[in-house]
Amino acid sequence: MMDFTEEQLERYSRHILLEEVGVEGQEKLLSAKVLIVGAGGLGAPVSLYLAAAGVGTIGIVDNDVVDLSNLQRQVVHFHKDINVAKVESAKEKMLAINPDLVVKTYKKYLCADNIREIIKDYDFVVEGTDNFPAKFLINDACVMEGIPFSHGGILRFDGQAMTVVPGESSCYRCTFRNPPPPDAVPTCSQAGVLGAIAGMLGTIQATEALKYIIGVGDLLTDTLLSFDAKKMHFRKVKLQRQDDCPICGKNPTITELVDAEQAVCSI
Amino acid sequence: MAQSRKSDAVRNCRGVGCPMNLVYTKVELAKLESGQVLEVILDDGPPINNVPGSLEREKHIILGKEQLADGAWSILVKKA
Repeated sequence: MMDFTEEQLERYSRHILLEEVGVEGQEKLLSAKVLIVGAGGLGAPVSLYLAAAGVGTIGIVDNDVVDLSNLQRQVVHFHKDINVAKVESAKEKMLAINPDLVVKTYKKYLCADNIREIIKDYDFVVEGTDNFPAKFLINDACVMEGIPFSHGGILRFDGQAMTVVPGESSCYRCTFRNPPPPDAVPTCSQAGVLGAIAGMLGTIQATEALKYIIGVGDLLTDTLLSFDAKKMHFRKVKLQRQDDCPICGKNPTITELVDAEQAVCSI
Repeated sequence: MAQSRKSDAVRNCRGVGCPMNLVYTKVELAKLESGQVLEVILDDGPPINNVPGSLEREKHIILGKEQLADGAWSILVKKA
């Protein structure tokens, strides 16, 4: 058994008290490595809650700097952080909550060329990106590396999440075969988003990551959870693995990663 | 040892309130094998009224409890 310090026992007491977490579950969290892709609306609550939970190694990827228009929903960044790299701003807050952690920052865009090398050392990936090429790239790379991940997306008053365990559950491409044409779906910067729903969805993703690490409950695998915050309607749609999925099906046609037409690196 | 039955480990939680007394107890239990017995010393009042029930909810077995001369309680817990 890991030797907890008195401070750790007090810090994590509300986890240890849970029958489903306990000492063993907290040990798993402290040994776990989670990569957060995107330090924006979703990455903000994810990074704060994973840091607070004591996930021992947290990686965070984002190439942007903090902009004034981010602060309406990206609660890990403060007014003083405008023009600071988002990954550095997020790292500062995570370590301020919990100095126990190792935080690794990647100030870059994930591309076909670099993604597998970055994700391969992590146990779980949380995808909180703002564009479809990145979502498909992360799905494909995680399937190839066999790394479970949480997909999340928000727009206006709506959010959706699903969890993929490669080899066991349906992947993002089983359901959404290809990225939509550029401009078919507006981005948050065009359509707007109610700030608080980033918290609603990001905390769902953080919960999925923690559940996976601890090994408790049922994940959002083979399930698309979506909500309409205007009516506070939540809905779950059952999904199935597709034999003809081009990445996780019986005869995969995607055998190497390529950047989508709307290159992730150029966004 | 307060109780005649043998225990494999002892944790003194005198002066430790809820819920940290339960946290310390769970940490000690995590070090034991299933079937081993832990003696825990708990204060009178909320600690003795709450901790044994919480342990039973996690399927551990309370083999006995007795009040000590100073008013604290000794409980014997068999790990699930």
